[in-house]
Amino acid sequence: MSNVLSLTTFLPILGVLLLLFIPKDSKGVLRNVTLGVTIVTFLVSLIILTGFQSNAEFQFTENVPWIAAGPFIMRYNIGIDGISLWLVILTTFIMPIAVLSTYTAVDEKVKEYMICLLLLETGMLGAFISLDLFLFYIFWEVMLIPMYFMIGIWGGKNKLYAAVKFFIYTMVGSLLMLVALIFLYFKGMEAGITDFGLLNFFSLKLDMATQIWLFLAFAFAFAIKVPMFPLHTWLPDAHTEAPTAGSVILAAVLLKMGTYGYVRFAIPLFPDAAQKFAPLIATLAVIGIIYAALVAMVQEDVKKLVAYSSVAHLGFVMLGIFAFNTEGITGGMLQMINHGISTGALFLIVGFIYERRHTRLITDFGGLSKQMPVFATIFMIVTFSSVGLPGTNGFVGEFLILLGAFESQLRWWTIVATSGVILSAVYMLWVFQRVMFGELDNPKNQKLSDLNVREVAIMVPLVVLIFFIGLYPKPFIDKMEPAINKLVAQVHVSSVNAQAIPDAEMPAGHPGMEQMPAGHPGMEQLPAGHPAVEVPSSPHAEPVVNPHEAK
Amino acid sequence: MFDNVWLIPLFPLIGFLINGLFGKKIKNEAIIGGIGTLMIFLSFLVSCGILMQMIGLPPEQRVFEKVVFPWIHSGHFKADMAFLVDPLSVVMIMVVTGVGSLIHLYSIGYMHGEEGFYRFFAYLNLFCMSMLLLVLGSNMLVMFIGWEGVGLCSYLLIGYYFHKKSAGDAAKKAFVMNRIGDFGFLIGLFTLYWWLGSNHNIWTVNFMEIKAASHLLPYGGVVTVATLCFFLGATGKSAQIPLFTWLPDAMEGPTPVSALIHAATMVTAGVYMIGRMSFVFIKSPDTMMVIAVVGAATALFAATIGTAQNDIKRVLAYSTVSQLGYMFLAMGVGAFSAGIFHLMTHAFFKACLFLGSGSVIHSMHHALHKVHSHDDAQDMRNMGGLRKAMPITFITFLVSTIAISGIPGFSGFFSKDEILWQSFSNPYHGNLNIVLWGFGAAAACLTAFYMFRLVFMTFFGECRINPGAKSYLHESPLVITIPLMVLGTLAAFGGYLGMPKLMGLLPNYFEHWLDPVFELSTEYGSTYAQHGDHLSHGLEWGLMGLSVLIAIIGIGIAFTMYVQNTKLPGKFVATFPALHRAVYNKWYVDELYDYLFVNPCKAFGQFLWKGFDVLIVDGVVNGVANTVMGFSGIFRYLQSGYIYNYAFSMALGVVVMLGYFIFK
Repeated sequence: MSNVLSLTTFLPILGVLLLLFIPKDSKGVLRNVTLGVTIVTFLVSLIILTGFQSNAEFQFTENVPWIAAGPFIMRYNIGIDGISLWLVILTTFIMPIAVLSTYTAVDEKVKEYMICLLLLETGMLGAFISLDLFLFYIFWEVMLIPMYFMIGIWGGKNKLYAAVKFFIYTMVGSLLMLVALIFLYFKGMEAGITDFGLLNFFSLKLDMATQIWLFLAFAFAFAIKVPMFPLHTWLPDAHTEAPTAGSVILAAVLLKMGTYGYVRFAIPLFPDAAQKFAPLIATLAVIGIIYAALVAMVQEDVKKLVAYSSVAHLGFVMLGIFAFNTEGITGGMLQMINHGISTGALFLIVGFIYERRHTRLITDFGGLSKQMPVFATIFMIVTFSSVGLPGTNGFVGEFLILLGAFESQLRWWTIVATSGVILSAVYMLWVFQRVMFGELDNPKNQKLSDLNVREVAIMVPLVVLIFFIGLYPKPFIDKMEPAINKLVAQVHVSSVNAQAIPDAEMPAGHPGMEQMPAGHPGMEQLPAGHPAVEVPSSPHAEPVVNPHEAK
Repeated sequence: MFDNVWLIPLFPLIGFLINGLFGKKIKNEAIIGGIGTLMIFLSFLVSCGILMQMIGLPPEQRVFEKVVFPWIHSGHFKADMAFLVDPLSVVMIMVVTGVGSLIHLYSIGYMHGEEGFYRFFAYLNLFCMSMLLLVLGSNMLVMFIGWEGVGLCSYLLIGYYFHKKSAGDAAKKAFVMNRIGDFGFLIGLFTLYWWLGSNHNIWTVNFMEIKAASHLLPYGGVVTVATLCFFLGATGKSAQIPLFTWLPDAMEGPTPVSALIHAATMVTAGVYMIGRMSFVFIKSPDTMMVIAVVGAATALFAATIGTAQNDIKRVLAYSTVSQLGYMFLAMGVGAFSAGIFHLMTHAFFKACLFLGSGSVIHSMHHALHKVHSHDDAQDMRNMGGLRKAMPITFITFLVSTIAISGIPGFSGFFSKDEILWQSFSNPYHGNLNIVLWGFGAAAACLTAFYMFRLVFMTFFGECRINPGAKSYLHESPLVITIPLMVLGTLAAFGGYLGMPKLMGLLPNYFEHWLDPVFELSTEYGSTYAQHGDHLSHGLEWGLMGLSVLIAIIGIGIAFTMYVQNTKLPGKFVATFPALHRAVYNKWYVDELYDYLFVNPCKAFGQFLWKGFDVLIVDGVVNGVANTVMGFSGIFRYLQSGYIYNYAFSMALGVVVMLGYFIFK
């Protein structure tokens, strides 16, 4: 199964072809076929998971010529490592859940809706597996369009406003990225690189000014997607207006595209610039955490509250990533998955009560625990996962992020960010109290039915994962850590080189981190036999601008 | 037996899962309650086994670590799901499982007929599991699971009557205040971990490893920062100034919860944590002083509020805050084993007091219900003379009250007197000692006063309950009174385990038991201790006599005001209306916090949302969008609404751009 990665990615497209032959009125068949396709995709992706070796290399790679237009050589170059692996699995895992959530929620233009969902899946998977910059860009754009339609056609009252806002924001970012991409390509050509292959560019030694401009362009595009303060205002609108499945996918996967973009592209391509901007980005991340929490606290619409909580959570992820150490980035990667699970679950929960009451205003609810005990239990578990209670997944990610960031130069940022754990408890428990506790005094709520079998089936896998990752994150961390160690080394080696060896003397294609011994356990062994790192440093660890000394 | 330590938290977990998942279907109260009680009792048996084995070992072999499975490993960081068995954790598991078993048993009777009976027992088991993780955790992170886990259970159980708004509010308040403490705990953990790691390449959160490396820690400096952060965590969990206001509100939960969580176990977690890391805390003289001062101040402050409350459970709640203050005072003056000793005796007598008050409320509620009266079953002004109807409750309650008041011969006397003596004679705080002692002694006087006020108002005098209901008052069933009798006995005699050396009748078993745990801390402390004049035995006897006298004065005042001349309290209130109002309203601390923190936060959130997000950011974006829209009229016919049109135009755009670069 050498091309199982392609198979996973394009199975949904095959599903689309299948759907074309089904009459648009057989809604049941359309839904079931889509569900079937997404489940098969998930099962196929499990082959990737089981076959994945815990080392830092890209695996399941495929690399064939694709488009050659003048000087532009684009290749179909794909592969995954520990960083993208879990995001691929997260995507294939969340899709059946999202499809299942639409069974009663969407009743108009079902066929088109299902086609959108499947196209979206291919777009997201493609973006995570691309090792060719141009291929990545194509998939990145492919994702955008189905999402735009999902908000614009099946959305709520202000759907057009939200869709346009979503489109404009993301488009601005995409355009900047495209320009930067093409510029980078020409820079590469000067150094003898012949195609858009990402790995080629890792060895490209750019001068600081170029790095800064390119980093800013990429970072801007990704920051919109994350979204980072102050570019976040499209998110609450998009989330509130999007149908439940749209919100779930948006939160669970699409936002990760931004953070993934930093980890996969912006940081390893432009490590010096990334280090230079780390304090700025950390500042924005921390503002995002506090700001979004405060704004979430005063929301009247449950869905908007969850949307703002997303901004806060992604702020944690960004902080972890820019700690540039194993703990921080591992925490950030883990938190991407955790956020996908918990916030995805929260949007599903909001969807359940919205379907029943056609309102999302917190004041319309109260005392639902009495009427819906199963719902109450699940809501509570997810709430505490979102708050990061130890024993749930949210804690492991948040803790590693904060620990990693505290060890790095971002110590003061971390202290402010840690206060976010207080605020998250405030807004989540407050909304939980107002929706679930108190007297069941609204007559419209007194006849509400508890979750049905389908709805419980949607939530159970998420709840299981909440506890599994919370109590035994080892399999997740073990698979992602080699790739993360490699990334950490890339960032740090670069900064050592920048200090130790003048730029001009660097031969293109110097012994980059690709030559790292596969599966090396951690940074500690890095200096051994690595010419680039033989710089006086503490006997231990980071051979860098040791962040501990950079108070 | 040590190897089976993992069974101790496992049993209650099994109980939680059975009752939580199937309790609703089981329905039978006897089975649900039986499973819950049995599970924690099994843990108690295992704990006894461990205690027995440990007694048989020489002191230096009394440390054992059991790794159950690897938990979080990333980079340098390593935390396993692992348990630590040592004399300190054994004391704690004995208290938690022992008192816990009794309270589970009691709950079968007390919660009889309540809606969600199964839910109650599931939560109670979950709590026990978390508490056991907290005290058994061999690293800070496992402790932190328990630390937040007990906070969660406290939240769930305070909010047990979730249809009441006050219960929901109290639950949230408790959790959030605890979270403020948790923030401190985390920062403390990070600081310690980072400092040892980056300076000495010891990356650890394991208690024994930190202990082994503790000689590397400086006195003061970074240790002060870290320990103050940890102490913030302790003030949240253990309801000390400034984070104490959640505990009295927590009385919204069912009474067994108040006894187990908000008196005997969870709230003592902060004290335990300081004990567990005493070798770090002692390295910062400043932190030690802060702990002692906060402890003494809380002991006195909470005691003043306790004197004016009419709700029987609220009096006990403030009393708990005050007694916890004593424990912190002990920790702050370096009398670690005295603090843990008071933790234990307090668990006995305070659990007994809460359960006794529950027995009273149970009976009151029943009687008032019979005559359809809506009088408050917890208000002491509706009680009086109950000793005749409820003799067992009365006697156990009285014994515990004597114990908490510090009358010689009862458990509270030994532990409290030891703390007072140490706060006077410790070598760390110089002239501050006399102030610490003074606060402690004054609080002792108030304690004796408000506790006997409670006893007199509840059990003595004439019965003020609705006349029709009087005949329905009755003693509670055995399932309730048996735990009362056991705890009452412990409250009376538990103190003999830790008799002061001065009296010389029995060796201080308790202190010897904990010696190996605190030895190192004492050694660190001695490096900066100021050894003044040797204090004579005569002085120690004198102070002991003085503290007994003080307690008797408190009791005497209570007797005069609430038995002899019952008009006095009314006159007192009339004479000092402002003072009474302030004390009765808890010195307006809640209102102050609302004014200072809660309301500004909400207002700021509103401002950020409506002012910044909507007005500024969106204003800019919409402005840009509108400009674009102006042009879009021209392009409107391109908007066909078909996906392939959009895809086509996008591809076209890409081609055009590429073309530009190729042929430029």
